Amino acid sequence: MTSPTAEFSADPAAAVERLVERALEDIARADTAERLEEARVRYVGRKAGLLTELMKLLPGLPDAQRRAAGAAVNRAKQGLEAALDARAVAIAQESAPKDAADLTMPARHQWRGGVHPVTLVIDEISEIFRELGFTTALGPEAETEWYNFGALNFPPDHPAMDAHDTLYLGEGTLLRTHTSPVQVRSLQRYAPPIRILVPGNVYRRDFFDPSHAPMFAQIEGLSVDEGVSFVDLKATLTHFANRFFGATKTRFRPSFFPFTEPSAEMDVLCGTCKGSGCGVCKQTGWVEILGSGMVHPAVLEAAGVDSERYTGWAFGMGPARIAMTRYGLPDIRLLYDSDVRFLEQLARPVPSGAEAPVPSGAKE
Amino acid sequence: MNASYHWLKDFVPVDLTPERLRDLITERVATVDAVERLRADLADIVVARVVEAWRHPNSDHLWVTKVDDGSGELLDVVCGAPNVTQGTLYPFARSGTVMPNGMKIERRKIRGETSNGMLCSARELGLGEEHDGILPLEVSVPTGTPFLEAMRVGDVRIVVDVLPNRPDLLSHLGLAREIAAATGVALDWLAGRAPELSDAAAAQLRAAAEQGPAAVEALAASWGAQAPTADPGDLVAEPATDGRGGAMAETDGVRITIEDPEGCPRYLGAVIRGVAVGPSPAWLRERVEAVGGRSINNVVDVTNYMLHGFGQPMHAFDLAKLGGRAVIVRRARTGERLVTLDGVDRALDPAMLVIADAERAQALAGVMGGRESEVGEGTTDVFLEVAAFDARGVRRTRRALGIASDAAYVFERGTDVDLADAWLRHAVYLIRQVAGGACPGPYADAYPRPVVRQPVTLRVDRVRRLLGEAVPASEVARLLASVGFSSTVAPGTEMLTGQEELLVEIPTWRHDVAREVDLVEEVARLRGYDAFPNELRAFRLGNVPDDPMRLTAARLRTALAGAGLYEVRPMPFVAGAPEGYVRVANPLAENEAFLRREVLESLARRAEYNLAHAQRNVRLFEIGAAFAPGTAGPLPREEMRVALLVMGDRHPPHFTEDRPPAFDLWDAKGLAELAAAAAFPGARVELRPAGDGGVLWLVVVDGRVIGRVTRVPLDAPVWAAPAYGVELTLQTVDSSPVAPPGQSVGLTAPGLAVARDVGGLAGRARPAFRPLPTFPAAEEVVALVAPDGVTAADIERVMRQAGGEILEQFVLVSEYRGPQVPAGHRSLAWRLTYRHAERTLSAKEVEGRKQRLVKTLETELGVRQRA
Repeated sequence: MTSPTAEFSADPAAAVERLVERALEDIARADTAERLEEARVRYVGRKAGLLTELMKLLPGLPDAQRRAAGAAVNRAKQGLEAALDARAVAIAQESAPKDAADLTMPARHQWRGGVHPVTLVIDEISEIFRELGFTTALGPEAETEWYNFGALNFPPDHPAMDAHDTLYLGEGTLLRTHTSPVQVRSLQRYAPPIRILVPGNVYRRDFFDPSHAPMFAQIEGLSVDEGVSFVDLKATLTHFANRFFGATKTRFRPSFFPFTEPSAEMDVLCGTCKGSGCGVCKQTGWVEILGSGMVHPAVLEAAGVDSERYTGWAFGMGPARIAMTRYGLPDIRLLYDSDVRFLEQLARPVPSGAEAPVPSGAKE
Repeated sequence: MNASYHWLKDFVPVDLTPERLRDLITERVATVDAVERLRADLADIVVARVVEAWRHPNSDHLWVTKVDDGSGELLDVVCGAPNVTQGTLYPFARSGTVMPNGMKIERRKIRGETSNGMLCSARELGLGEEHDGILPLEVSVPTGTPFLEAMRVGDVRIVVDVLPNRPDLLSHLGLAREIAAATGVALDWLAGRAPELSDAAAAQLRAAAEQGPAAVEALAASWGAQAPTADPGDLVAEPATDGRGGAMAETDGVRITIEDPEGCPRYLGAVIRGVAVGPSPAWLRERVEAVGGRSINNVVDVTNYMLHGFGQPMHAFDLAKLGGRAVIVRRARTGERLVTLDGVDRALDPAMLVIADAERAQALAGVMGGRESEVGEGTTDVFLEVAAFDARGVRRTRRALGIASDAAYVFERGTDVDLADAWLRHAVYLIRQVAGGACPGPYADAYPRPVVRQPVTLRVDRVRRLLGEAVPASEVARLLASVGFSSTVAPGTEMLTGQEELLVEIPTWRHDVAREVDLVEEVARLRGYDAFPNELRAFRLGNVPDDPMRLTAARLRTALAGAGLYEVRPMPFVAGAPEGYVRVANPLAENEAFLRREVLESLARRAEYNLAHAQRNVRLFEIGAAFAPGTAGPLPREEMRVALLVMGDRHPPHFTEDRPPAFDLWDAKGLAELAAAAAFPGARVELRPAGDGGVLWLVVVDGRVIGRVTRVPLDAPVWAAPAYGVELTLQTVDSSPVAPPGQSVGLTAPGLAVARDVGGLAGRARPAFRPLPTFPAAEEVVALVAPDGVTAADIERVMRQAGGEILEQFVLVSEYRGPQVPAGHRSLAWRLTYRHAERTLSAKEVEGRKQRLVKTLETELGVRQRA
């Protein structure tokens, strides 16, 4: 075999081609990183690589040949370097332990969606009452004044209306300020016994602030039958509180709603201080959960129900408030802004350990 | 209602801490929102005794003392007060205490003598202006007792959330009445109303009251068995004429005329001459300030004292400013104006009630006085108004003018019309106490149509049925009596144990009690809600079936959250347009004055919100209402809908691949099919190309167009991926009246048998079971060349027909345009699966079927098999 350098002077292109062939064979044969390094030094080593040697000869070639020869050498060099890199990757992979893929690397996920925190609270509340025979009733959000106020015993032009600052749509029509119109609709449509749960959006003319929104969810319940009493109200709602908050204590205290008489607010022991008094419960040890009362006879009468024969009780509460306490939300607007970062936070399953990292595949 | 702890204790001397009192009021009466200590700055001051005192060796005006502050160790304290006396108790600030003026007391040397604290003067404690010396305390408490506990300084404000049905609780007397009922401690309303009275004066008044006027006795009786009977009735003359029945009355030459008895059922006036208007005495100032008010002058302070003490708003006029010696209660004249006490010049309208003199309006009845006739420094003669005004009228006037005042707040809720004369007499008495003057009387009382109250019948059995526990008639009567209701057993029912009927007289201050059920509430409340057991009792199942939307929504949430979307609950207010949208008459903001016509409008704004926070991956859905102007009746047309919006990466990044592709229209189509299937299980869902720029497909369910898939135009930055939306109508909400007011339909659905069957599946074909295949399938890919204009749906339709029973499935696997196919054509490839239910298919059979299929496609659609 003639030396490549001698051959090069004679026919540069053929010399380069043959050199590349040999080099590729050597590279393919190299089965360790060391052998591959030897091959690299032999062919493209900076000092004495065979290809490098050829390059040094370029200036000595006749002008006519030099350009083509230079291009061939350069192509060969790039090709060999690529082959060396590819072989290096292959050797690395071949030398990796067979059954020891790095299983700490993150999983492949699909996007994880989620149900809104307020819906979750409504579902949990519903679940408990459904066990007690309550069915779900729904109604329109755009209502008449009669269903929203008149039938519910609101005195016209009275301070009781102050808490129901209303968004009106037109003469006698409005966006319902509470879910109670559905009580009246259900009482009109069905004969007692009635045991319903009414979740839905309600509206108040309240500007946004950390604890108010012009629209929010409410859930209320209604039980009407012969012999339904204040004891049923207390017992059912206490049962609910124990189920929803875990064993707790309840307190019922006087209140006022035009559509119930007697009216009562239910408090549960403050979850933060367990009753000893703290900032969350304004030092009282109690946190208000819901409003309730015996259905006012005037409401039954407005719905065409015999108020002597039938009695009933009702309650209503705000799932958004409960969601805020549950997730420690400082501002109610978080629930309505629909910020995907917020929704993703709450939808993520609770890690098993406090320091468990967030899987990177779940990051948006 | 801001209540003063000390003031309440004057009325009812209970031995309860402010916190215990808070809990009691909350549990029995009305919710207490806050307990605020008004002199928390004196919390560290203690009561200490000067055990020894001697002259400072290096000073001719200082004393050196040994002070016992209860710590067990005598402290050296230097004192500059001339009145320091051995053996006397003084308020003492230990070193480290911060004084009300912010000064911190430090241990230091004063002319060579060490001083460990400071004996305090009244001024240093912020309790007065006296600075003649330190404040000797005439109390017997151990040294070291906190000053605030030992002394009646540092009131505690109890903020009570009085609900609109109980205006009688808007005064200390009203709250004290309830506290008395709840604790059994007697209400001492006499002590409560005049704290400056000496014991002797009080005794004198009590004695006078024993022979007092009939009105006072009626009042005392209405307080119930515990109330003492007393009134300073001898301090002001009786009315010359019984005001009942007349709309006019006169006092001391001032003529009162009620022109609008609807707006003003009763008006009393008294003239007090020769008053010295000036600063209030300390007790009065403290009271006014304890409830959060500002002391103005002695006369005005008395009117505020009466308001907060007894719940009766009053107004004092400067008599000299009332023209024509006339007081007329009338509607405002058209164009009439009045500058009110707050300095605002107000335009009145004829719906508003005013108090006028012979010439012009001088006050807004029940709302606010006028500036001109205000009582001030120069006033010598006062006309005192005590009246009752119509609650709704006051409310209308106040709201129309945008005024909030304490008086209007009370009038809007209702005052005690019948006790107004007692409060007038007491106010006159107090004004003369603090400002001097004489009331030659007699006072005037115009009371055209006295209120007549009917007793309310209370069936003891109704109490049992509503409350769930029997309460004996005697207990019912006792509970009611504790807050002023007197009752007698209706004749003929005495012997019917548990079935008695009580005739209950309603006290004049209780506007909230008009029906039997209102008395039942009183019984429950006075007995204590917690006295009723938490006993779960049997119940019957209801007649109301589940609303189908419940299950529909649940399925949609599961499907869409499972597909990686987040549920949102945004506001439905949008910029909208006058046409096609429902407008809110009184919107919160003009740029969001309309209700959305599509749920997607909300989602689009929420997507923009996320883009503004640099979030490019947005996947949202909502199940909510959309509104359109109503066609039948006044209410809008309302629909429950589901909408979804997706943009950005189709799935999360993973290290095994490059950046994920972005959501495209095919994802949106898939999500629409998913949502439609979840909302309408078992229904035939078709996505019909819409051929419209923004709308990609119409969603057709069982032949009805119920929604669409769209590109969603957003106000988006350049880096944002395109957004796609889907919106489906789930249900039209029935908002028509169920029945006329007072009537019902009375459906008796067969209970839960129906309720459990709803949810979209009722009446729909469920998929039928087919035996699982036992013979192998043959699969092959057929590539076709289709001219433009022939759709994939066309080809699939033909395949379905021509493929016969053995063509089990066909799936489109590729689309190609390019040099390999002629211009104006594209190549489409399907994977076909053939299977026979009862035998293995032969290759020949499959090939034959395919040839037939290809031939049919060519004849019917001009589609050829690709070479």
